[in-house]
Amino acid sequence: MIPEIGHVALILGLVIAVVQAAFPLAGSLSGNRPWMTMARPLAYGQFTFLTIAFACLVQAFLTSDFSVLYVAQNSNTLLPDIYKVSAVWGGHEGSLLLWVLFMAAWGAAVAALSKNLPLAVIARVLSVQGMIAVGFLLFTLLTSSPFERLFPVPPEGRDLNPLLQDFGLAIHPPMLYMGYVGLSVAFSFAIAALIGGRLDAAWARWSRPWTTVAWVFLTIGIALGSWWAYYELGWGGWWFWDPVENASLMPWLMGTALMHSLAVTEKRGAFKSWTVLLAIFAFSLSLLGTFLVRSGVLTSVHAFATDPERGLFILIFLCMVIGGSLALYAWRAPEVSEGGRFDLVSRESALLGNNLLFVAFTVLVLFGTLAPLIYEAFDWGKISVGFPWFNKMFVALAPFLAILLGIGPAARWKHDEPGRLAKTLWIAFALSVLVLAIMSLPMFSGGHLWVPIGIALAAWLLFSHITIVRDRLKNKRGFDGWLADLRGNGRSFYGMVTAHMGVAVFIVGVTMVSNFQGEEDVRMSPGDSHELAGYRFEFLGAEKAPGPNYRADRGHFLVFDGDKQIAELFPEKRSYLGGGMPMTEAAIDPGFFRDIYVSLGEHVGDGDWALRVYYKPYVRWIWLGAILMALGGSLAVSDRRYRTARVRSTAPLGGATARA
Amino acid sequence: MRARQKRLVFVGLAIAGVGVAASLALTALQSNIAYFFSPTQVMASEHPTDAVFRVGGLVVEDTLKRQPDGLTVRFDVTDNAATVPVSYTGILPDLFGEGQGVVAKGRIGGDGMFYAEEVLAKHDESYMPPEVADTLKTAHVDGVVETTVQSMKAGGAAQ
Repeated sequence: MIPEIGHVALILGLVIAVVQAAFPLAGSLSGNRPWMTMARPLAYGQFTFLTIAFACLVQAFLTSDFSVLYVAQNSNTLLPDIYKVSAVWGGHEGSLLLWVLFMAAWGAAVAALSKNLPLAVIARVLSVQGMIAVGFLLFTLLTSSPFERLFPVPPEGRDLNPLLQDFGLAIHPPMLYMGYVGLSVAFSFAIAALIGGRLDAAWARWSRPWTTVAWVFLTIGIALGSWWAYYELGWGGWWFWDPVENASLMPWLMGTALMHSLAVTEKRGAFKSWTVLLAIFAFSLSLLGTFLVRSGVLTSVHAFATDPERGLFILIFLCMVIGGSLALYAWRAPEVSEGGRFDLVSRESALLGNNLLFVAFTVLVLFGTLAPLIYEAFDWGKISVGFPWFNKMFVALAPFLAILLGIGPAARWKHDEPGRLAKTLWIAFALSVLVLAIMSLPMFSGGHLWVPIGIALAAWLLFSHITIVRDRLKNKRGFDGWLADLRGNGRSFYGMVTAHMGVAVFIVGVTMVSNFQGEEDVRMSPGDSHELAGYRFEFLGAEKAPGPNYRADRGHFLVFDGDKQIAELFPEKRSYLGGGMPMTEAAIDPGFFRDIYVSLGEHVGDGDWALRVYYKPYVRWIWLGAILMALGGSLAVSDRRYRTARVRSTAPLGGATARA
Repeated sequence: MRARQKRLVFVGLAIAGVGVAASLALTALQSNIAYFFSPTQVMASEHPTDAVFRVGGLVVEDTLKRQPDGLTVRFDVTDNAATVPVSYTGILPDLFGEGQGVVAKGRIGGDGMFYAEEVLAKHDESYMPPEVADTLKTAHVDGVVETTVQSMKAGGAAQ
């Protein structure tokens, strides 16, 4: 009964979405006020019904109702309760339901938190949200309903894929979806602005915090995925340039460009059409990502069971969204004048550089990801693009981005004197060159060319941002002044600094781990020792260890640094009772400056094991960098001007708004 | 005039940047792609002898042999028409097993053995890499489905 309620709620959600897509928009065009005021209640209604649908599915999982096909495929009575809940989005149907639920949640949040927006704008934004929701709800109901029944009812479910029985992966998809779907808000704002023909600084100010919040979720989601892959897959890698990973990275890259471009549009009224285009592309790449993940057109190590028919549906939807929004753009954008002139040496130029580099990198990742499809379409053979290619592309572009990142925040809007800029930054520059020289010494660089470059770039970011912060504080009186700044309009500034420091920390992590990591496959008998990167691994043997829903072989290792024992590790090789699927559970001794990592391979007889040992210096800095970026984004969103903007009535803001 | 010149500088820089990036990217791509060949194609010597390529199919039952060093394994990969012997040193992915679909990346040795540097892992038992699925479809042999769907014994390949 309950699954049927869920199904009906889903259908009602679709009906509401259809109304939401049509009436408020029509009302905003014809000036019909009652139709426009329908937008907010409809958004709340859609959210309510999808919440009911989602709750019904959660209930089916918690009670192990295997008469529901999706539950039988993804759950098991032995599964711990927390994973019964996360199993809701462990498969295609449930993740799609989570996607539409989040979509409705963002819509409801926009409805609730933008009280001061002109009614026509909110009506259009929510209508566009409704259109996207219609697409996804149709997709869910027609090709992948999670409420389908199964008869005869099996006594036991097939179990959740063991790889997904993990805390990191339980929260990774929700975070990622929040990010993906959050970009739809930026998209809706852009489309609404195109429809209304009003692209100004006020529009940028409205959509900026939403974009930043979506970007924060996306950042956390990607970092969680990377962290999960690192400890759960047992390969010790943190990024594989796999199509599925690229699918999440592309919207992030585009979203980052969009965030920076929105800053220019808000402050200076420039880059308007460009910003709109970025918003369209960022969300389109989210959709493309969904298509790539769900259709199975690309070989991926992360690929789960896929269905070409579903791929076709998303592809058609994708074409409609991209085609429709670009057509609208081509029709309306020429009417938008480009305000805000600026000189070659200015913050606008630096941000333009940032945008071009991010877009270039996105295009490269997109090309590398789709190259196998392109080759196959032209009958040039079946290829795969090796990850060294992606690494090369990243390493080729990243230094320019880092250099620019040190200059941009120090430059003035509109026009800056090269002399003044050089005077501000020369100390930071000199110190970075010093770091470069020191790190080039063989005792630090270990003969790796990229070590001094990477560390010097990180140092450049650190020193230039210290300079920028110092300059800002010069005009604030002491600590109290700083506190007042932090309470007031300074948060977006400090958020920016925090996020940029995240980039520096990330660069250090990537540089160190890529150049100094150690990895070895060895065969060890109980009592054997093996040395790697100065650490001695002693294998004491493996024994059987039962778990709640699996059997495991648990290895026992002691790790020594010289004569001192620094860690005791218990890596496992598990075999899950539900599906009989084997899985490696690596053991990690985490540290701020290095991880030590052991994963069991196979039992090769007589108590001997084939296993893999790793030394991963500074690997945590990669995720620490991502955390700082996300923190920076959160800090920026909490800036007072977004809070007060909610209370204040919005007349078009400031002089930069003027449509020159 | 000045504004126009500046715009020209920007556009010029952008075009130059895109051009340089595109040519570098394409050059680098040439040395980083790995073509896929089925065992039939390898046996017909259609594969490159001096470059890394990928081969895929099903792991033939009872051919998985561990070498004395404990780390090297040998197995045969088939598309049900031809068979290629593969050697791999290292830890195999969790879902590797006899009768399962597999894609290996590496180069062929003078002895006709395919020395794999990498064996593709998958996350889901029912997933089949599209190349392998195609290969098996081309080979038109019955019984493929049974071999593929065959459930994996607890403990996987090693035990």
